[in-house]
Amino acid sequence: MLEIKNLAMAFETERGLVRAVNKVDLSVAEGEVMGIVGESGCGKSVTLLNILGLVPHPGKVLSGEIKFQGEDLLKKSKKEMRDIRGKDIAMIFQDPMTTLNPVFRIGEQIRESMRIHGLFKDVKGGIFKSARKHAEKDRAVELMKEVGIPSPETRYHNFPHEFSGGMQQRALIAIGLSCKPKLLLADEPTTALDVTIQAQILALMQKINQEHGAGIILVTHDLGVAAEFCHKIAVMYAGKIVEQGRTEQVMEDPHHPYTQGLLRSIPKISNRQDKIEPIPGGVPDLAELKEECAFYPRCGKAHDRCLSQEVPMFDAGEGHTVRCYLYG
Amino acid sequence: MPVTKMPDGLSEEITPGHPLIHLLQIKTKIFITDLMGFVRKLKHHPSALIGALLIIFFLVVAFFAPAVAPHDPFTGELSERLVAPSWLEGGSSQYVLGTDQQGRDLLSRIIYGARISLWVGFISVTISVLIGTLLGAAAGYFRGKLDIFLSRTADLLLAFPFLIFAVAVMSFLGPGLINLILALTFKGWVEFFRLVRGEMLSEKTKEYVEAAKANGQSNLRIILSEVLPNIIHTIIVLATLRMGFFIIMEASLSFLGLGIQPPDPAWGSMVNEGRQFMLNAWWLSTFPGAAILVLVLSINLFGEGLRDILDPRLKTE
Repeated sequence: MLEIKNLAMAFETERGLVRAVNKVDLSVAEGEVMGIVGESGCGKSVTLLNILGLVPHPGKVLSGEIKFQGEDLLKKSKKEMRDIRGKDIAMIFQDPMTTLNPVFRIGEQIRESMRIHGLFKDVKGGIFKSARKHAEKDRAVELMKEVGIPSPETRYHNFPHEFSGGMQQRALIAIGLSCKPKLLLADEPTTALDVTIQAQILALMQKINQEHGAGIILVTHDLGVAAEFCHKIAVMYAGKIVEQGRTEQVMEDPHHPYTQGLLRSIPKISNRQDKIEPIPGGVPDLAELKEECAFYPRCGKAHDRCLSQEVPMFDAGEGHTVRCYLYG
Repeated sequence: MPVTKMPDGLSEEITPGHPLIHLLQIKTKIFITDLMGFVRKLKHHPSALIGALLIIFFLVVAFFAPAVAPHDPFTGELSERLVAPSWLEGGSSQYVLGTDQQGRDLLSRIIYGARISLWVGFISVTISVLIGTLLGAAAGYFRGKLDIFLSRTADLLLAFPFLIFAVAVMSFLGPGLINLILALTFKGWVEFFRLVRGEMLSEKTKEYVEAAKANGQSNLRIILSEVLPNIIHTIIVLATLRMGFFIIMEASLSFLGLGIQPPDPAWGSMVNEGRQFMLNAWWLSTFPGAAILVLVLSINLFGEGLRDILDPRLKTE
C-alpha cells in the first residue's frame, strides 16, 4: 500500500546539508504494522513527516518516491496532499496534551476532521446543516466509545485539560480514526504516558489494526514496544535504515552490529546483570557524515572496507536485509 | 436517529426534541455557564467590576441620549448664557451642570459627547484590531519577505509619537469624524500587529498546529480557527486598553481643534471652548474633562481586570 523508495531529504543549514533521511526504503502492506526504531535524532520522525509532505523548514526532499496506493505523494499538489492528510493517512503525535487544541471541546475536535474531509457532506437537511452536525456528532461519540473513553456523551463536551494523558491520547486516536484512514502514522504515541497506560494504548492500536485493517507505522525508541506490537521492524541509524525484516528475524537474530548493540543494552530482569552493556561512543554529527558506514567508529566488528565506500543493503535471506559487509 | 431521512430545508417542523433544539439548548447552556463563570470571576476584581458598571452606565446614557438629555445640545437660550451649576449661586434647577457661552445645557452636551467618544473609540479600535490581527497573523505565520516588510513598516510607524503623528495626519486630511478615525487607525493597528505576530510566532511552534496540518487543514483555516481562538483573549485585553487611549487621542485632537468640529459636542472641543471662560465659568471645561477622566479610567480598570481574568499565566488561584 505504501512504498517508499530511495527517499533522501536534508536540512539546509549554515553548516551545509544535514542529511536527516538517507536512501530509505520502506514498504507497508495493507493491515501491516511496521515499526521504525532508533535513537533520538536518527530520522524516524522526519521520515513520517515526509510521508505527509510536512517536511519542516528548511528541509528539502532530495530524491526518491513515496508511493501510496500506486501514486507518488511527492508529486501531488498542496491541495491534493491536504485531502490525503487526515483522511487516507492520519497521524498520532507524541504528546497528546499539546497536540489537542486547548480552547476547543474534545468532541468538536473529533468532528473537525470529518468536517474538513466532508465525511458526511451527502447528509442534507435541517436548518444550519443540523442533520450533518448530528451525523458527525453521532460518529464522534461512537468513536469515543470505541477508543475506550467512558461516558462519551458527557465527555464530548469536555476540554482537553479535563482529560488525563491516557484519555487525551485516546481522543487523538479517535480523531485519527474519524475518516477511516488506510494508514496510521504513530510518532511515539506512548512515550508521554506511564507504563500501564502505554499498554492500554498499544492494545487499543492493535485492536484498531485488526478490526479496521488499517496499516500502521509506529515510530518508537522502545524496542520492547516494537517487538510486541509490530509485524516488521526497521532499525534506523543516522538517517539510514541499517536493518529491516520481520520482527522475529530482527529481534531474535539481529544481524547488524548496531541492532545487536541495542538489544544488548536492554536491561533484563531474568538474569540479574549489574551493568547493562552500552554501545560505546555517541551518535555521529549528521552534518559531518560521509558516504561510509556511519556506525564505523562505534562498531566492534569494523573493517577497513567499511570506510572505503557506501555500504549497500545485503539480503540475509527471507526478506531480512542488513546494511553491513558482514553479510555481503 | 434517522438523520438522513429528514426533509430538506426550512419546511421541516421543529418540535421539542428536534436535533436543532437540542443543539441550541447545549449552546445556550455553554454560553450561560461561560457568562456566569466570567461574572463570578469579575466579583473578585472590585475595580474591574466598578469599571464594567461605569462603562455600562456610559453606554446606556449614550444610547438613550435623546431620552436622557434634558435639553437640545445644539441650540441654547441666548438669554441664559453661562448659567452656573444648579447648586451654586446663580444656578438654575433647569440646568444641572450650568450652560455654556451660547446658553446650551452643559449636561446635555456631555451626554451627547459620550456618543462621539464611545463611537470614535469603538470604531477605531475595531478597525485597528481587524487590520493588525490580519497582518500580524499573516506575518507571524508565513514569515519571509511579507513579515520583514510589515515589521519594518510597523517599526517606522512606532518611531513617531502617537499624538504628533495623528496631528500631522489630521492637518493633512482635514478635520471630521471619518478623518479622525482614519488618523487613529493609521497608526493604531501597529500595536495589534506586534502583539498578534508575536503570539503567532510562539503558537506556531506548538504541536496542535502541526497536528492540524497533519489533519489536512489549510493554512487559512489553521490561522483563523485553530490559532486565533488561542490568542483572542490577549487581543481583547489590548483592545480594551487601547480603546481608552483612542478616546484620549480623540479628545486631544478635538481639543486642538483638529478633530470633531463645533457645534458637535465632543468632550475635547468642549474643554477647549470652555478654556477662555475658565476664570468666571470654570464648569465649562471641568465637567467634560471629568467625563473624559471617568470614562477612560473605567475602561482601563475594566481592561486591567480582564487581563487578570483572561490571562492564565497571571492566575494566582
